[in-house]
Amino acid sequence: MKAYFGRRYTISASHRLHAEALSAEANRAVYGKCNNPHGHGHNYVVEVLVGGAVDPETGMVINLTALDEVVRARVTDRFDHSNLNLDPLFVNRVPTTENLCRVIFGLLKGALPVGCLERVRVEETENNFFECEGE
Amino acid sequence: MISLTRRATFSASHYYWNPAWTAEKNEQVFGRCSRRTGHGHNYTLEVTVAGEPDPVTGFVVDLKWLRDVIEREVLAAWDHRHLNLEVPEFAATETAAVIPTTENLAIAAWKRLEPAMQGAGGARLSRVRIYETPEIFAEFRGEL
Repeated sequence: MKAYFGRRYTISASHRLHAEALSAEANRAVYGKCNNPHGHGHNYVVEVLVGGAVDPETGMVINLTALDEVVRARVTDRFDHSNLNLDPLFVNRVPTTENLCRVIFGLLKGALPVGCLERVRVEETENNFFECEGE
Repeated sequence: MISLTRRATFSASHYYWNPAWTAEKNEQVFGRCSRRTGHGHNYTLEVTVAGEPDPVTGFVVDLKWLRDVIEREVLAAWDHRHLNLEVPEFAATETAAVIPTTENLAIAAWKRLEPAMQGAGGARLSRVRIYETPEIFAEFRGEL
């Protein structure tokens, strides 16, 4: 039987939204406060949803400790307490939460020992969140 | 089609133990969750029902009716209980058990709720999600 296992992680990171292709005025107009020169930070919540058959021996879609290890090694160690703009993955990509969500999906896809990565949700604040299902 | 979700909470204890395995393997796979003295959680159950709003009432389903179904079918059996020892779907034999993981709780809650949905006026159960902690959840959507 197919079920889904979800786990939420926290990343504290800073970013500045600034598109090189736009003028200073256009950046200011598009990104507002998020374009302030020295950046700002968020406590991001990253919610990972894994789908798959429930193993009859363990009752699990994926062992929590195995998922934690993959997310720690590939995502939280990389981004927690970092400046997202300085990460190589954001050299030519504005670190909006849309792009962060897609980047995290890409880092986790194919790295799980079992199950299928169904969705990554990134909550930037309590009032906004972004989801990527890999399409 | 509109989905509506009702939340309920229950508190229960459990442990993870596969009787077909050695104690060492249980400890290796399940870690602290394998301690036979058990431990507990405040669970949150989310029940999502989908359907067309009734043209007269505007309801997909009456939320009071749904609350009573959740109370009768799930909470009455699970709340303030030891899932391994007091809940029939998780009873273990010498060699086999349905371990009360969050995944299996979601499936078991679905099986308890789904027959009652015949009284939902055409709406159907579309998802059961159970939070074991605010950071850990499992869901079942009726897929085989």
